[in-house]
Amino acid sequence: MANLASDFIGIKSPNPFWLASAPPTDKEYNVRRAFEAGWGGVVWKTLGSEGPPVVNVNGPRYGAIWGADRRLLGLNNIELITDRPLEVNLREIKSVKRDYPDRALIISLMVPCDEDSWEAILKQIEDTGADGVELNFGCPHGMAERGMGAAVGQVPEYIEMVTRWVKKHSRMPCIVKLTPNISDIRKPAEAAKRGGADAVSLINTINSITSVDLDDFAPEPMIDGKGTHGGYCGPAVKPIALNMVAEIARHAETQGLPMSGIGGVTTWRDAAEFMALGAGNVQVCTAAMTYGFKVVQEMISGLSDYMDRKGFTSTSELVGRAVPNVTDWQYLNLNYVTKAKIDEDACIKCGRCYAACEDTSHQAIAMSEDRVFSVKDDECVACNLCVNVCPVENCITMEQVAPGKVDERTGLTVSKDYGNWLDHPNNPGNTCAAE
Amino acid sequence: MTSNTLTPGIIAGRLPADQLSENFSDLHPPLDDHEALVAADRCYFCHDAPCATACPTDIDIPLFIRQIATGTPDAAAKTILSQNIMGGMCARVCPTETLCEQVCVRETAEGKPVEIGNLQRYATDTLMAADVHPFERAAATGKTIAVVGAGPAGLSCAHRLAMKGHAVTVFDARPKSGGLNEYGIASYKSVGGFAAKEVDWLLKIGGITVEHGKSLGAGLSLDRLKADHDAVFLAIGLAGVNALNVEGEAKDGVLDAVDFISDLRQAGDVASVEIGRDVVVIGGGMTAVDAAVQAKLLGALNVSLVYRRGRDRMNASPFEQDLAAAKGVRIITNASPKAVIGNGAVCEIEFEYTDDDLAPTGQMFRLAADQVFKAIGQTLGGDGLPDTEGGKIAVTGAGRTSMQSVWAGGDCASGGEDLTVTAVAEGRDAAEDIHAQLMG
Ligand SMILES: Cc1cc2nc3c(=O)[nH]c(=O)nc-3n(C[C@H](O)[C@H](O)[C@H](O)COP(=O)(O)OP(=O)(O)OC[C@H]3O[C@@H](n4cnc5c(N)ncnc54)[C@H](O)[C@@H]3O)c2cc1C
Ligand SMILES: Cc1cc2nc3c(=O)[nH]c(=O)nc-3n(C[C@H](O)[C@H](O)[C@H](O)COP(=O)(O)O)c2cc1C
Ligand code: SF4
Repeated sequence: MANLASDFIGIKSPNPFWLASAPPTDKEYNVRRAFEAGWGGVVWKTLGSEGPPVVNVNGPRYGAIWGADRRLLGLNNIELITDRPLEVNLREIKSVKRDYPDRALIISLMVPCDEDSWEAILKQIEDTGADGVELNFGCPHGMAERGMGAAVGQVPEYIEMVTRWVKKHSRMPCIVKLTPNISDIRKPAEAAKRGGADAVSLINTINSITSVDLDDFAPEPMIDGKGTHGGYCGPAVKPIALNMVAEIARHAETQGLPMSGIGGVTTWRDAAEFMALGAGNVQVCTAAMTYGFKVVQEMISGLSDYMDRKGFTSTSELVGRAVPNVTDWQYLNLNYVTKAKIDEDACIKCGRCYAACEDTSHQAIAMSEDRVFSVKDDECVACNLCVNVCPVENCITMEQVAPGKVDERTGLTVSKDYGNWLDHPNNPGNTCAAE
Repeated sequence: MTSNTLTPGIIAGRLPADQLSENFSDLHPPLDDHEALVAADRCYFCHDAPCATACPTDIDIPLFIRQIATGTPDAAAKTILSQNIMGGMCARVCPTETLCEQVCVRETAEGKPVEIGNLQRYATDTLMAADVHPFERAAATGKTIAVVGAGPAGLSCAHRLAMKGHAVTVFDARPKSGGLNEYGIASYKSVGGFAAKEVDWLLKIGGITVEHGKSLGAGLSLDRLKADHDAVFLAIGLAGVNALNVEGEAKDGVLDAVDFISDLRQAGDVASVEIGRDVVVIGGGMTAVDAAVQAKLLGALNVSLVYRRGRDRMNASPFEQDLAAAKGVRIITNASPKAVIGNGAVCEIEFEYTDDDLAPTGQMFRLAADQVFKAIGQTLGGDGLPDTEGGKIAVTGAGRTSMQSVWAGGDCASGGEDLTVTAVAEGRDAAEDIHAQLMG
């Protein structure tokens, strides 16, 4: 079994699986259960300033979308930061950390946007024994309206300023949690780095309305006939999060900035993907909320088996391994030609590939009287749609047309050389082409 | 003193009432909303779906399942009923394991088909529970059509014709409509008087008059019907039964399985139905299995189903054979009846083992029997019918017979399997053909 021990910006944990700041980490009772179940660390549910805590709605606070078998694919919430008194949270954090010194315990913070407030809260958490702070600049609802959370996270200058205050008033490692509700994730990441952040974590939840009640004509979750946008998370957001992580990983200004990957991590594989794109560890919320704390055991065994298979002895060997292969479209090799291939033995003859290709792609699949499906190599553009809609794994595969062979669709011999759009004759910006 | 399974003779009440009502409850209990959603989710919405091709009535199965999955079971029911007006009964009685579910791609993939039959029932039950009839009659055409036989073929034809605006009179020899839906289908496949309810619901289309106690041959002549109507559709099923032609066949206790089943279906209370202690059923089809299973459910101690050829030649599907075995019916194959033995009433029946080509082996055995049910096939009855072929009314195309303006469909007509769903399809298609001919 591979060693999963993780060192993230100097914070040690027995594995790279942390619980994200959210209901699973809202109080001592949950966090103790989480540590017993095997979680490597937690980011405590976001704390606010001293004084009367925020209040949550008293009606439903979650909405959801489901896939087959009512598998929860996306969750949306209109919950705020912790609604329990600051002193209670601090006392509990101290007690848990004392009993679990080997686990990471990070405190998430969100206070008004002035230096005094930040200085005060940092002082208050000083002797809890916590390993670091995470600045919640991401919460898309409720707090932004009060000038906190995403309201700060959407303005890079504020991120930089607040991060600077935090580094000035605390010696703790500082993680800045980014909101995805912006158009270019690199900007807030750059700002965090400039402000002195030790790491960024991403993504927080995405502005969303999951569904509309068609009798009462209001968004869900509905509170007394009204609804509001909430924060979207769970498996559905993973592709968005992965892209944002990759963008930061390969951007010159932010390259090498440690990242904690968040957003839809549900299995060991998701975690490994975030890490391959540069995340030093991952944080999980929805998967724990859907299946309970025990899911971490599958994540641990799965990642460990994978690392054994790959011969990795430390998670650092995995981190960032896919980053060099993330590129821009214009650098993709246009001389790489593939064709779909249908394995007749594995085929269950549902015909979905046929309907998809015939109706919406390139009419490249033939269907015989007795429902044998085959790819017409002279029509297939290798779009992959048939692979994606086929219900049987590996029944349709993409096979490379070897260099030197003729691509039956174009009638051209496949070149063995790399050739991209930049030097393609059809590119109007390509001066060589005219010669 | 109450009787039990061990009591000799042919008697009623072998089992306590609660046991009996459990035995005769739904074979496949209906899906609840949640189960229906889970089951519907498994459908892949195949292109040119094999299940729909396998359905004799060509129901657009992927479409109706998607309609269930998206929370619109009434729309699903409409999709079903527009192709098969007896979609409710078919959902209960179709041998789906040899039709749609057999070719479901998830049968291919995982050996577990989508539960098409149960989903069909869910959709049609939902609509019928709301007492909605989703079709409307077209403006009257002034044409009149006689339908003989109020079974699935006749009623399906009548409904489609009425919908097109024709005036239909259905004549049936028996006191109730429904044909074998009412008198033949096993009780546990159609509980709660469903057959009669479905007929009432179907007739809501309007434009259909049903006359009971009117038998073609006895009082009703085909020539007369032809003269009085623009077209005639014959859907008289197979009213006759084959004889065993063995010594002692006339002894008491030797009955036609269809009569036993019909009495059982018509009994107000199954507890009043008499059954032997040792029952022998002769035959290998659906009727034989239904008779044997129901004998067992009534509390017979020993029920043997004896078929003259091998298992693979039995008309009853493997599912039905398994059902019989699971209920405790002993299936004996490759044995031919030779003699019914007994003094006035049957007490034993003698068989000879045969090979698959029915060649006698000379090896004999006897089974104790106080009741013997014959289920070796039904035959067409009646004179003056159109030309026949292989014992059935010969038809070409959509039920056209050798006689001008006479169509036929269902069990009485050639071609197609003897199934409820086939009868419905043939009735519907004949109606379309009649309509095209009359209006063309
Ligand atoms: C015991 C048994 C169990 C079966 N189980 C199944 C099953 O589980 N699933 C399945 O799909 N199929 C089953 N079948 C077959 C199915 O019932 C028939 O294929 C179907 O009912 C045929 O429909 P039909 O309309 O052609 O004939 P029928 O249902 O036989 O209807 C014929 C109608 O015509 C009337 N009639 C007959 N002669 C005359 C006349 N001379 N004048 C006026 N009216 C007349 C009859 O009274 C009857 O109402 C079973 C059959 C039997 C016998
Ligand atoms: C109900 C709920 C409450 C949350 N509250 C907070 C919070 O207080 N502070 C915070 O930084 N993130 C909060 N989040 C966001 C999560 O920490 C996490 O970033 C997000 O859910 C994406 O991860 P996931 O896809 O694994 O759930 C919350 C999420 C949920 C579902
Ligand atoms: S890869 Fe695209 S074009 Fe080729 S067969 Fe599949 S769906 Fe058609």
